[in-house]
Amino acid sequence: MGVELVKEKWSNAINTVTIGATKEEGGTRTSKVTVGGASTLPYLFGEGDMPNKPVVAMEILDIEPVDWPAVLKEPFKDVLNNPVEWAKRCVNEYKAKLLCLKLQGIHPDFGDASADKAAACVKSILEAVGVPLIVLGCGDDQKDNLVLPKCSEAAKDENCLFGDATEKNYKTLTAACLADGHNIIGESPIDINIAKQVNILISDMGFDVNKIVINPTIGALGYGMEYAYSIMERARLAALIGDKMLSMPFICFVGQEAWRAKEAKASASEHPEWGPQAQRGPVWEATTAVSVVLCGADILVMRHPKAVEIIRGTIESLMKKG
Amino acid sequence: MLVIGERINGMFKDVGKAIADKDKAVIQRLAKEQVAAGAGMLDINVGPAAVDAAGAMKWLVETIQEAQDVPLSLDSTKPQVIEAGLKLAKAKAMINSTTADKEKLDVLIPMAKQYGAGLIGLTMDKKGIPRDKNQRSEFAAQIVTACMEGGLNLADLYLDPIILPVNVAQAQATQVLESIREFRLLSGPPPKTVVGLSNVSQGTEKEKKSLINRTFLVMAQACGLEAAILDPLDKELMDGLITAELLLNKHIYCASYLDAYRKK
Repeated sequence: MGVELVKEKWSNAINTVTIGATKEEGGTRTSKVTVGGASTLPYLFGEGDMPNKPVVAMEILDIEPVDWPAVLKEPFKDVLNNPVEWAKRCVNEYKAKLLCLKLQGIHPDFGDASADKAAACVKSILEAVGVPLIVLGCGDDQKDNLVLPKCSEAAKDENCLFGDATEKNYKTLTAACLADGHNIIGESPIDINIAKQVNILISDMGFDVNKIVINPTIGALGYGMEYAYSIMERARLAALIGDKMLSMPFICFVGQEAWRAKEAKASASEHPEWGPQAQRGPVWEATTAVSVVLCGADILVMRHPKAVEIIRGTIESLMKKG
Repeated sequence: MLVIGERINGMFKDVGKAIADKDKAVIQRLAKEQVAAGAGMLDINVGPAAVDAAGAMKWLVETIQEAQDVPLSLDSTKPQVIEAGLKLAKAKAMINSTTADKEKLDVLIPMAKQYGAGLIGLTMDKKGIPRDKNQRSEFAAQIVTACMEGGLNLADLYLDPIILPVNVAQAQATQVLESIREFRLLSGPPPKTVVGLSNVSQGTEKEKKSLINRTFLVMAQACGLEAAILDPLDKELMDGLITAELLLNKHIYCASYLDAYRKK
């Protein structure tokens, strides 16, 4: 007699979120990205479906990055001070289907660029490439609240994904996204209770829960990965049994976290026993990405083209059914 | 937890009058309010005064379904009154209720199967309500066996250990709580349990009723109770219910957990 596997029956599915709007939908994107919709724990196709595979968003900055190691700068070294060319390279050369623009340059410590300048940057990238766009503030609440509404307006009807709304600072960004028809990222500090609360606060403003993406925040491999993993897993389990306030797709800032780790950043001269950095760095980023993909990440914001290539291959093989 | 709203019962003066006057607005308002307050099902009982009970049941089902898309629990001691409602019910209904008496089981189990309805089984027979948990378990076993033999999916069975008013039979409360635990041992997966909550405070002082109801509900939830017929318009009762579910780790905490539950 064969052994019959016990299968879970889930009553709920993850929301489906689409980023980007084409001409017919009032935008100017030539392609869109749809994530979410899973009705099972990741890749357990016997228990449910994953209609949309995880997608990589390649990260670009509005200014030349200050803390990126040479190995990470190398593929983009001639375009790092030109976000438009950088965006084009990601799309044309590295086949990015989604871009993530971080407005680092608006931060008071990194140039304090004006709202108009940031909005112009958003606009010029939207004109230069046809893929959908994620736009992030710099993390300084006051400045973000000045700049992001302008950027949102500049990208009106393009159905971008804007971030991040937090428990203490969500109203301005939510109102802007509501007015201009964008999706929004709700951020919480590796804390499932706050993740849920942020989603409630955003939806209480009349924001469609089907346009919210959860940034659960993660740690890189070796820096709290297992903690982030367990939080994401728990949120996904709650969502699948019916918690509507945790049923949003996840966005994970893999590149940012992985390249903060000394295992990725340190040169071979500092740690000769760790091997060449050109290989080690991207592998650290790719391994971090694999971990979050396994607990349900839907959008991976990543940096090194080599890491992007590795994770795309991994996702393809994970998505093969049977 | 399945919340079954108790308010549409002819025993309540406003409902009894509405049934007699065929006043749809009163019934539809009560249906809407209860669902908005968290009821996942509405119990309907035409009350003892209705002259044509089956006709009144039909009218109630139609009236509620005009206004609200919600499953109904058809509450009557007469199988023909229940069937009158079942014929019209759009969503999966509940039969409320059978006892452990063979003549009732023989009629109501096939009826539940025929209409794809759930069935509440009161652990009592025509001789009356049991005095202790052992007798309750005996009746529960009889009902479970009859359902298995009759081919009713046990997932559709809700056993009711029958709460008695605390001012009449104080010692029964603990017996009922223990029964909720013990019924779960009767089959795998375990049969579900339900209580008619308000009975526990029947005849007590008006201002104490809500407190007694919600205290008992939380205790019963801790024992594994899966459904209750109660007044969802009692906000403090519902807050207690939601908080007990939270403490039982049934949903994830957040600052606005009461609102989050109500957004479901």
